[in-house]
Amino acid sequence: MSILGKLSLDAIPFHEPILIVTFSVIAIGALALAFLLIKYNLLGILWRDWLTSIDHKRLGVMYIVLALIMLLRGFSDAIMMRLQLALATNGDPGYLPPHHYDQVFTAHGVIMIIFMAMPFMIGLMNIVVPLQIGARDVAFPFLNNLSFWLTAGGAILINISLFVGEFAKTGWVAYPPLAGLEFSPDVGVDYYIWALQISGIGTTLTAVNFLATVFKMRAPGMKLMDMPIFTWTCTWANILIAASFPILTAVLAMLTLDRYLDFHFFTNDGGGNSMMYINLFWAWGHPEVYILVLPAFGIFSEVVSTFTGKRLFGYKSMVWATASISILGFIVWLHHFFTMGSSANVNAFFGVMTMIIAVPTGVKLFNWLFTMYRGRLRVTVPVLWTLGFMVTFTIGGMTGVLLAVPGADYVLHNSLFLIAHFHNTIIGGAVFGYLAGFVFWFPKVMGFHLNVKLGKAAFWCWLVGFFMAFMPLYVLGFLGMTRRLNHTDNPDWNIWLYIALVGAFIIMAGIICQLLQLYVSFRDRKQNLDTTGDPWNGHTLEWSTASPPQYYNFANIPTVSDIDAFTDMKEKGEAYVRHEKYEAIHMPKNTASGMLISGCITLMGFALIWHIWWLAALGLFGGFVFLVLRAYTKDVDYYVQPDEVARIENAHLDNVAKG
Amino acid sequence: MLTRILSKVALALMVGLLAGCQGGVLDPKGQVGIEEKQLIIVATLLMLVVVIPVIFMTLYFAWKYREGRDEIYEPKWSHSTKIETVVWAIPVIIVIILGVITWKSTHALDPYKPLKSDKDHINVQVVSMNWKWLFIYPDLGIASVNELRFPENVPVAFQISSEGTMNSFFIPQLGSQIYSMAGMVTKLHLIANEPGTFDGYSANYSGPGFTNMKFKAIATETQADFDAWVAGVKAESIAGSTNNGILDQASYDKLAEYDLHAPVHEATPVQYYGSIKPGIFNDNVMKFMKDHGKVELLKGTTFDSNMIQGNSNHGEMNHGEMNHGEMEMNHESSENSSHEMHMEADK
Repeated sequence: MSILGKLSLDAIPFHEPILIVTFSVIAIGALALAFLLIKYNLLGILWRDWLTSIDHKRLGVMYIVLALIMLLRGFSDAIMMRLQLALATNGDPGYLPPHHYDQVFTAHGVIMIIFMAMPFMIGLMNIVVPLQIGARDVAFPFLNNLSFWLTAGGAILINISLFVGEFAKTGWVAYPPLAGLEFSPDVGVDYYIWALQISGIGTTLTAVNFLATVFKMRAPGMKLMDMPIFTWTCTWANILIAASFPILTAVLAMLTLDRYLDFHFFTNDGGGNSMMYINLFWAWGHPEVYILVLPAFGIFSEVVSTFTGKRLFGYKSMVWATASISILGFIVWLHHFFTMGSSANVNAFFGVMTMIIAVPTGVKLFNWLFTMYRGRLRVTVPVLWTLGFMVTFTIGGMTGVLLAVPGADYVLHNSLFLIAHFHNTIIGGAVFGYLAGFVFWFPKVMGFHLNVKLGKAAFWCWLVGFFMAFMPLYVLGFLGMTRRLNHTDNPDWNIWLYIALVGAFIIMAGIICQLLQLYVSFRDRKQNLDTTGDPWNGHTLEWSTASPPQYYNFANIPTVSDIDAFTDMKEKGEAYVRHEKYEAIHMPKNTASGMLISGCITLMGFALIWHIWWLAALGLFGGFVFLVLRAYTKDVDYYVQPDEVARIENAHLDNVAKG
Repeated sequence: MLTRILSKVALALMVGLLAGCQGGVLDPKGQVGIEEKQLIIVATLLMLVVVIPVIFMTLYFAWKYREGRDEIYEPKWSHSTKIETVVWAIPVIIVIILGVITWKSTHALDPYKPLKSDKDHINVQVVSMNWKWLFIYPDLGIASVNELRFPENVPVAFQISSEGTMNSFFIPQLGSQIYSMAGMVTKLHLIANEPGTFDGYSANYSGPGFTNMKFKAIATETQADFDAWVAGVKAESIAGSTNNGILDQASYDKLAEYDLHAPVHEATPVQYYGSIKPGIFNDNVMKFMKDHGKVELLKGTTFDSNMIQGNSNHGEMNHGEMNHGEMEMNHESSENSSHEMHMEADK
């Protein structure tokens, strides 16, 4: 074996024109970006204020930037698949051979769930949760930075797989024995394993961090049942992460042992059994979908109660409904494989448990409805996303309950009906929620508003595009079309495949509107500044800070006596109080340690993928050294002096007074 | 008004779809599929009882209480025990009804349960290979590749296994699907109530040749037609067909060959085997156990895997259920062991 393990020039796909063009475009884009950064002298700012930052708000922004970049990548995969299926009808092989197409659908699933939805959710959580509970940062700010860089490391690995070697051809679930060495001898599954493993550890650390933050760092007076609803839903999501991601870590570790050290956990022979993988995978995978969607539910709750100018209806019901969904979410995993041959009792139990989740979910929908009831709804862009969600998600929920009936699942399992269902809940639930939250909190984070016209255009494109892209998939499922087909030969299916492609292009128009919206809003930012910090007449504490918030969040930690803490303060005249004196604020210092540790671990992952053992050892050792160095660093914090605090606070209060 | 038009359009679309469907799961040709279609319709209608009002209320409330209209405004109203009771109760009631339907239908439609019929069932052993389907008729002594034939109105009892990757054995117009997994046997019972040729697939992605892993399931009009086909396969006299002679371990291994890195994976043409080595299905299910040393059986006896190789008579192994997940290694008396299996699960 050579010094570079399995890595050689053959791993570079020179013969794939699509990949070479993609690579060139990305390379040119990267060079252009580097040129602009140097030209405007921004490299220092990028390094000091962003890459090494341990400020939860800036990390949140970086998470969302990562999510948006990966959205573009995952969406390109989606367009390629829809195009292939619209071209490859009536026996035509289309333009993507299975070797390439199978990687595309695997990458699409992994990227959209692990590297788009998760970072988007965690990004919003990072920005908002500490502000909502009146904290100055998270419990472990450096750990937060490390978590981000581990997530980014996983994302980097999955993108390297585009140009060096290949990605898994197994579907995003990577079921063995297909994902085992016998049927996937190439490096694709190894990219899958290490990308998920490294980012998964980051996610687990995030959950631990935010649980500690929420339990230990709430503002005085804020009882658990006073926490804003978004914070509550994030807390349940974090409990789910802390409980379920270790299962993913373990099952991937077992698959790793199978692939690297000839173990037999999931192989056909040697006493292995792939059913164990499938059970464990979904014991993580099912809670995962609630991890994605619960924070989105929280966003909708905040949006509805803010823009109706009302208290959230049934706050306690909401909290308990979230709790029931989280707990029930752990005892329904078997519904992902009713067709594996379990007895009727087992299937019926898991079917009924799954349906029970529809109860708390239904309660949430009714509570949003009754929040609107007797309110004054301002139909803004976040509200549009919310209304779009309520209509779309109700349909997705219905098809989900239908799939939970084992007798129905026996014919709908693994069909395009299933694909339509989970896109219906993940796009219509989670993604619509994140996009609502994005518009809702954008002025808070950036200090200026997003363009409304383009925002509305983006919403309508997404909504119409979604229905056109996915309703045909329900029909195709009924027509018997199964998922992951490379080409089809059934004239009855063609029309629906064409409509779905048109739908995907309409969603693309929506994404283009959003990119334009970012550009136009940035260009016109001076006219759309949010000077008060409270652009929507918000209920919760994040709106009591400036936009963008002071880097220490709160000069004085507020005392809370109501669920809608900031509304309460405004009503009592306690908001915007000018203090005579401020105290020094204890803050953590920026550090490059997170980048260095994660960089080494990512290098280790890459080396393990290509069996470059010396480099893997070096990467692991480097990560360990940087971790130890960080642990022994004493210079980690500083104090913001009172005069500096007074200057920043007075400037903010002057702005508020001006309106 | 808009919602009313929308719901009318939706209804028309649904009716149109249900009527216009050809060849899908809403156009079933067998008892199992027919019951599953009814189940889908009943469950959907039941859920629409909640779904339609929710969608309607969403749009209506958003319109009625939008800013600038002179409606009642109660910014502090956030709790009503009456409303909260109702919003918890409605989904609870629907889910209770649906739960009862689910419990009953799951037992009624259990793929492992033999179908009631006045005719004797046909046994078919199904093996998914990379990337083709092998159908063995153990009682008739023949086998076929990518073509499955049986008479209409005769229940078919499938024993399903895999040679490598996991697949899902699925004939949409006849009903349920079940996974095929190496070293294990799963079961499925289907029937065709009309003659016809139905598309069969793998519904679980299994590698580069997956898309072409299709077969035709042909329900013959009469028993005589079927018998004639069996006789033709045995005599290797079906015109234009590929006859491979006997299905023994050597020809089985040859059939199972595949090339993971082939640039193209064409569909495997239909082939027949006029005779089979008895027990070929079980031999290949059990071969994964070869290096497994001694295996504990459920009943406490110890089973030495070396027994398999030297012993082609599998009678001794009847009812020998491996503690291997939920699947049992089953043999000729499949019905009996299936019942036992379930009874144990029920306890």
